[in-house]
Amino acid sequence: MPITKKNPKVHPSGDKRFRMLEATMKRYQYASDALIEVLHQAQELFGYLEEDLLLYIAHSLKLPPSRVYGVATFYHFFSLKQKGAHTCVVCMGTACYVKGAANLLTTLEQQHHIKAGETSPDGQLSLVTARCLGACGIAPAVVVDGNVEGHQTSESVISRVKECLDHGY
Amino acid sequence: MDIEELNAIAQRENQKQQKTCIRCCTVGGCLSANGLAVKEHLEEAVTAAGLGGKVSVAGVGCMGLCSQGPLVRVDPEGTLYDRVTTDNASEIVASLSNNVSAMDELSLKTYPASQYQPHNHPFFTRQLKIVLENSGKIDPENIEEYIGADGYQGLYKVLREMTPESVVETITRSGLRGRGGAGYPTGLKWATVAKVGETPRSVPQKFVICNADEGDPGAFMDRSVLESDPHRVIEGMAIAAYAVGANQGYIYVRGEYPLAINHLQTAIRQAKRLGLLGSQIFESPFDFKIDLRIGAGAFVCGEETALMASIEGKRGIPRPRPPYPAESGLWGCPTLINNVETFANVPTIIRKGADWFSNIGTETSKGTKVFSLAGKVCNTGLIEVPMGTTLQQIVEEMGGGVPDGGKAKAVQTGGPSGGCIPAAAFDTPVDYESLTKLGSIMGSGGAIVMDESTNMVDVARFFMEFCMDESCGKCVPCRAGTVQLYQLLTKIREGKADLTDLEKLEELCHMVKYTSLCGLGQSAPNPVFSTLRYFRDEYLGLIST
Repeated sequence: MPITKKNPKVHPSGDKRFRMLEATMKRYQYASDALIEVLHQAQELFGYLEEDLLLYIAHSLKLPPSRVYGVATFYHFFSLKQKGAHTCVVCMGTACYVKGAANLLTTLEQQHHIKAGETSPDGQLSLVTARCLGACGIAPAVVVDGNVEGHQTSESVISRVKECLDHGY
Repeated sequence: MDIEELNAIAQRENQKQQKTCIRCCTVGGCLSANGLAVKEHLEEAVTAAGLGGKVSVAGVGCMGLCSQGPLVRVDPEGTLYDRVTTDNASEIVASLSNNVSAMDELSLKTYPASQYQPHNHPFFTRQLKIVLENSGKIDPENIEEYIGADGYQGLYKVLREMTPESVVETITRSGLRGRGGAGYPTGLKWATVAKVGETPRSVPQKFVICNADEGDPGAFMDRSVLESDPHRVIEGMAIAAYAVGANQGYIYVRGEYPLAINHLQTAIRQAKRLGLLGSQIFESPFDFKIDLRIGAGAFVCGEETALMASIEGKRGIPRPRPPYPAESGLWGCPTLINNVETFANVPTIIRKGADWFSNIGTETSKGTKVFSLAGKVCNTGLIEVPMGTTLQQIVEEMGGGVPDGGKAKAVQTGGPSGGCIPAAAFDTPVDYESLTKLGSIMGSGGAIVMDESTNMVDVARFFMEFCMDESCGKCVPCRAGTVQLYQLLTKIREGKADLTDLEKLEELCHMVKYTSLCGLGQSAPNPVFSTLRYFRDEYLGLIST
């Protein structure tokens, strides 16, 4: 998205979220080493990092787009694709793995016909795996829309995800 | 802030402690198990019972026994209730209101769910808490409670009574070693950073970094310390900064730990407000500031040079050492980088002295170690034991063994960089050297118990997949080697391999170990090595003849 020459700080789309992103960058004084913090904020505001947004950040922090793209693709946390309306994260840490997290994942994959890392065609559910949530005491754990659920079984995780898709919580 | 104010706060807090207090764990596993709702119900029940003035309810950090959460403890008696539900809340309070003085006895009789008596359960009695001394006792979001538990006394002592050299000397004498995994002597590291620019015309900018990028799957000690007692880490960092001559600190914390980030932000804000961070702390010439840096999900960022690249806003890619961070670290400046648990040990060492600390533990490894005990074991959670405790004691006595009468087969320590220790070696006292000898490492402290149903080739493959995904791609041995190793392990697992594949696997493991650039690649073959060493039969059993 081209940035107008007259006022480089205001995004032409007039989207308010850009203003909030701008505030974050200002707080870090547009320092290039704040790139990861800015990307965190951008992802929080927009849900994912699309190309235009990355270019906008590159322009504001005076960084080559390659550097911004490089950082955004290096870290697992940043997503360049739109996520589903709901997400289910299956923890694949060692403790969860030993307690059968792989089964949970297979069950979910079969139930919703998507693979880990994919979003269902209707855009409702994203299935993600995590390295370790640090919730090993309640393994195996999944996170459904930000809520950690411990001691899961194939049945409980299926019904929990269904509940989330049907009722939105 | 001066010492009178600090002591006044501490005194006020200690008076509060005399009263009956219901403490409810609201972090980590207990939070996921509805701990916050339990706390709210307890508060309502206390008000409803008209005990508002006599009994207080507080949210605290981790009490250790995470699998049995939510945990609630009634102090000062210390009765611990496990698996408390919102319905139980009123029962607990009801047992108090019947007779506040004899509630310990009463609650034992009336409370239906199981209870742990921390005084005689081996999960608790074998522990010696230094790092976790305040966890589960104080409200992590209240700096005054930390001060009440002798908090910031260590910082006062070093700033007003000790020279930087004597601080380094104390840490050296204590024998504290890095708790992040490699076990490098902390005092030596501090001395190296302190020495840089000792006699220059201008003193260089130095940094202190706390590595809270706890990436090992199955390890959650750092998360728990940061969530339960964040001020301890801040105080440890400030003491370190004074010792090495730094005035700026960074805490690099995983993005996966939102609550830890939240508690750290609160803690930093409170410390600033009381003048315990900022300029001229305790009216001394020492200035210190801490900023948070949030990780974005890259395991390799636990490696110190990659972590510093990430703080600089770059891709987290390691670089060859030397130069070590002590000479050229963050932005090319001398940098001290230690793990969360290492910093958390510091305030207590300063307060109680190096000799006290060096009396705990074994000949080469002093102090305690926090382990996160998880996997196929009855009592999962956090434990802090003196170095030299055997795995037998940890798994069978404290952990209560494998559930449903199963038998432990191995313990995996050190995450993807560590190895599996077979049950036959469980009588080994745990310290840095003994674990290395067994082909594993201390690592950050994850201890995952595996039982007979776990296939060890699967475990090796699981960790190799992890390393393959997490390899940053800078050096070929790690980038390509881990992929090949993973494919070989898959082939073995599927029963399609022959003996030459097994030879290839071993050969390639050695190659990756000796030629990779950073710790990730160098240690990636460790799980394969250790499973080959102790469970070769399982590999051979899968090989087609």
